[in-house]
Amino acid sequence: MSLSDLVLNLKVILPIAVLVLWACALLIIDLFIPAQRKGLTALLAALGLAVVLGLAVAQAGRQESAFNDMVVVDGFSTFLNVLFAASGLAGIALAYDYLKRTGMERGEYYTLLMFSISGMMLMAQATDLIVMFLALELLSIPLYVLSGFARPRADSEEAALKYFLLGSFSGAFVVFGIALVFGATGSTALATVLEVARNGAANLTLLVIGAGLVVVGLGFKVAAVPFHMWTPDVYQGAPSAVTAFMSVGAKAGGFAALLRIFMVAVPSTSAHLWLVFEILAILTMLLGNLVAIAQTNIKRMLAYSSIAHAGYILMALVTYGLPTTAPIGVAAALFYLVAYAVTSFGAWAVVIALEKAEGKGLELDDYAGLGRKYPLLALAMAVFMLSFTGVPPTLGFMGKFYLFGAAIHGGFVGLALFGVVTSLISAYFYLRVIVIMYMREGDPEVSADPWLKFTAIAAAVLTVLLSLAAGPLFNLAARATLFLN
Amino acid sequence: MVPVMYYVILSAILFIIGALGVLIRRNAIVVFMSIELMLNAANLAFVAFARQYAATSGQLFVFFVMTVAAAEVAVGLALIVAIFKTKASINVDQINTLKG
Repeated sequence: MSLSDLVLNLKVILPIAVLVLWACALLIIDLFIPAQRKGLTALLAALGLAVVLGLAVAQAGRQESAFNDMVVVDGFSTFLNVLFAASGLAGIALAYDYLKRTGMERGEYYTLLMFSISGMMLMAQATDLIVMFLALELLSIPLYVLSGFARPRADSEEAALKYFLLGSFSGAFVVFGIALVFGATGSTALATVLEVARNGAANLTLLVIGAGLVVVGLGFKVAAVPFHMWTPDVYQGAPSAVTAFMSVGAKAGGFAALLRIFMVAVPSTSAHLWLVFEILAILTMLLGNLVAIAQTNIKRMLAYSSIAHAGYILMALVTYGLPTTAPIGVAAALFYLVAYAVTSFGAWAVVIALEKAEGKGLELDDYAGLGRKYPLLALAMAVFMLSFTGVPPTLGFMGKFYLFGAAIHGGFVGLALFGVVTSLISAYFYLRVIVIMYMREGDPEVSADPWLKFTAIAAAVLTVLLSLAAGPLFNLAARATLFLN
Repeated sequence: MVPVMYYVILSAILFIIGALGVLIRRNAIVVFMSIELMLNAANLAFVAFARQYAATSGQLFVFFVMTVAAAEVAVGLALIVAIFKTKASINVDQINTLKG
């Protein structure tokens, strides 16, 4: 590869390259920043991410592949890259005050966050299964460390170990699945896999088992039932700022891979796998929403809620075998990821604002009286809860509208009805938070950090405003997926 | 020459042994070793298929997997050491403060 080729190739992964280089540089710079001024590291990390966000936006409309078709830049990757960079910024905003308050302010937090985001971006851009595996690990390994960031707090260490063991367990499933797909087709490039499968030259048994194992592995990452066991424990034990980032980033990363693989590479196995996705979606929606009812800890409740939302997004994958519906399904999934990201970050910002040292202030009862004492924050939380439930005029409603619409369009009316029913069930525990905030007496304490409040209120405003402009946003997502096929 | 399918079956058996090990064994280090066994089962399958297709790419992937496994070891052992310092145990059944 000549130098000019290298430059051309690097241009395709420019946001990732800049992010990784900046993260490495920041590791060294951080050494010279005194311990009591780690806010500077946060600022530098945020600056880097803002630049990366700009570079990702600048890639809009481009459609190129590089490094022997192992990575690609297209509408799909650009859409997700922007989402990842933005969630990185939100992750820093949530962490800054929280880390200081809980006495774990260390510069590595921000660099690990950046490495994890580079993994997510690579995930969105990968068109080769091996690159996808590397991206999966690049996004996961920093998250294992971040989960244990509150060391030596026992619950944080426990969360890290559980996440690590189950995460690498699922990684092994992915890699074995990739090995079988390689065995079935002689290649790991998605395009070649598709071509070989279409020609009928592939060993279909191996291909289906391989694809199934990849689904199992990625199912762990996106917390789909029955691979969700780690989620509540890890979400509860990890520092809240990490949980917030993880609940958005890791899930979106996992879905980026699932969508890319199953929309591009293995539609030919759709006859075998759509039923698997349908069962996964139904189980995930049902269990996530039902078990969330029994939770009294807000972090656990949001963990089960995040499981349930994975179930809704899985609905999009059920339709992937139908050429007419698949693009709508992917667009709906992307839209839902945005809706989920905005709402989730907002809700976690409120949770972090109320959290006190030693993991206090995380029970639902601690939210009593919030409506009277901090009306703005309570209003924001109410918006997020309504958005999670899917009540208009919020992003959550529009997200579910498009997803259920895609399912009905594909002829899965029963599945869509099931989604509606489980949303109704979820209203019980989401609205309970609102009831506690407004109708019970209490005296909650809230952190005075402006960034937390800004994130919460900005997310609430976005949740409402973007839902009013949902059409253009959905069109953006639809244009992003146009290139996929 | 031994048929490629034999190697694939062996790798599947190794993978299943590894998966069972993760589910059954209670010592965090042994669980971790079982995960490594699963990764190496995948490596064996990669090499076997690479031979079948005469494609060197399959052999190259093994290096990627080994590198990732090494990175996981670094993080995993650090976590296990940290948890041993607080709990004086690495039995995964005793690591159970989080539940509900």
